[in-house]
Amino acid sequence: MGRHVIARADEIAPGKSKRVEVEGRDIAVFNTGTGYRAVTNRCPHEGADLCRGIVARFVDAEGPGEFTVVEDKVMVRCPWHGWEFDLDTGRSYCDPNRVRVKSFEVAMEGPDGRVAGPYSVETFEVAAEGAMLVLTI
Amino acid sequence: MLDDATPTIGPIAGLGAIDCDVHPRLPVTADLLPYFDAYWREQAPYRNIDRLELTGHPVSLPPYRREGAANGTAAEIASGLLDPNGLSAAILTLVNGTQALYDPYMADAFCQATNRWLAAEYLDADPRLRAALVVPFQHPEAAAEEIRRHADDRRFVAVVALAMGERPLGQRANWPIYRAAAESGFALSIQSGNVYRHAPTQAGFPSYLVEERTHMAQAAASQTMSLLSEGVMTEFPDMKIVMAGTGATWIFGMSWRVAKDWRGARVETPWIRESPEKILERQLRLTVGPFDAPSDMDPVLVDVIGSPDMLLYSSDYPHAHAGPAGAWPRALPEDLAPALARTNPQETYPRLEV
Repeated sequence: MGRHVIARADEIAPGKSKRVEVEGRDIAVFNTGTGYRAVTNRCPHEGADLCRGIVARFVDAEGPGEFTVVEDKVMVRCPWHGWEFDLDTGRSYCDPNRVRVKSFEVAMEGPDGRVAGPYSVETFEVAAEGAMLVLTI
Repeated sequence: MLDDATPTIGPIAGLGAIDCDVHPRLPVTADLLPYFDAYWREQAPYRNIDRLELTGHPVSLPPYRREGAANGTAAEIASGLLDPNGLSAAILTLVNGTQALYDPYMADAFCQATNRWLAAEYLDADPRLRAALVVPFQHPEAAAEEIRRHADDRRFVAVVALAMGERPLGQRANWPIYRAAAESGFALSIQSGNVYRHAPTQAGFPSYLVEERTHMAQAAASQTMSLLSEGVMTEFPDMKIVMAGTGATWIFGMSWRVAKDWRGARVETPWIRESPEKILERQLRLTVGPFDAPSDMDPVLVDVIGSPDMLLYSSDYPHAHAGPAGAWPRALPEDLAPALARTNPQETYPRLEV
């Protein structure tokens, strides 16, 4: 598992994304406004670039017309067919057991090199380290 | 593959089967007079109103009526269907023009009178008979009242809707009807009638009968999508939706396609919280008489429909189909007969006591 500086933190504005290549992998990095998330850039459905997808809070409804927005659940919507993936887990809402994208950890790191957030074999981390974004793979 | 082998009632013999789709004759004004109020008792003859026949259901024409079943009275249904097939119950669904009238108060009056006539002429005459209420979809509040009036008469087990009405059935204007139905466990029985507010196909008016008959399935699919998307299937889980007389093969492509397209359009209807085919499997029921699948595809047929729980035995009597009245569809495995003719109807129509 290696850690890679992938961008300057101010390079990805809130709500925007950036496609990066790390160790030969195509990765979509998002600034959700409250933090950074990274997932495989390739949609498992037909391979569209998820970095081009709209990021939005998860919408739910108790009943018809009773819309709610789940603030802490952030989804990326595939630009081709609209499939939504949870940026924290990589899971598809519609078919969570079969369809998922790999998620990575992204962290913003200070100059001392400390990494915020846990490591995981399943997820990768992206952090802004001072002015630089560091992705761990 | 079409084949000529004659189907038989074999698989349902001895089961005390429940027939989920049987049609009474259409009442004429003289039949309804005793059940009208003073205004309509005068007005119906005054306006020369006779049988309210739907344009698309000319019941007087031979193809719509089994030979020898011209009367469609309770006695005739008993001798032509209930007795020979040993049925324990048969559910009458009346498809006529009451739901096509423009005048909402007239529709209400004719529906009320028709339901009272059904009770007197059929339900009182034979304890095996049950019926679906005819209610005015033109006037949903009155329709809901009519359903609540019959909440204690458990011989009425369903509410009739037409597959091709004024607007998609799932829309909120109709919800008073579904709320009343669900409260008392009525099913919604959707019949392939047309009020001709719109062309009978999504592409416009066809030239030939074969087109119109074939495209009935489009209406069934449209109403299924409406009731699913608008949330009726999830808001009123106590009201099963029965698609009657439209076959089952239209469901294959539709349920697959909606399960797929829902993944991309879920944000519009987030009240659909699980893959649509699971909701359809729970709420949608399809009658099997007439059935529209070839007999050589039975091993996979039920799987692609969804589940054997979705199928209901029916004869569509007195409409003419191959074989004796109530013959078992050759495309379906015979070992499904107890489920289709007993278990599934009892779960679909909780008011039905047999």
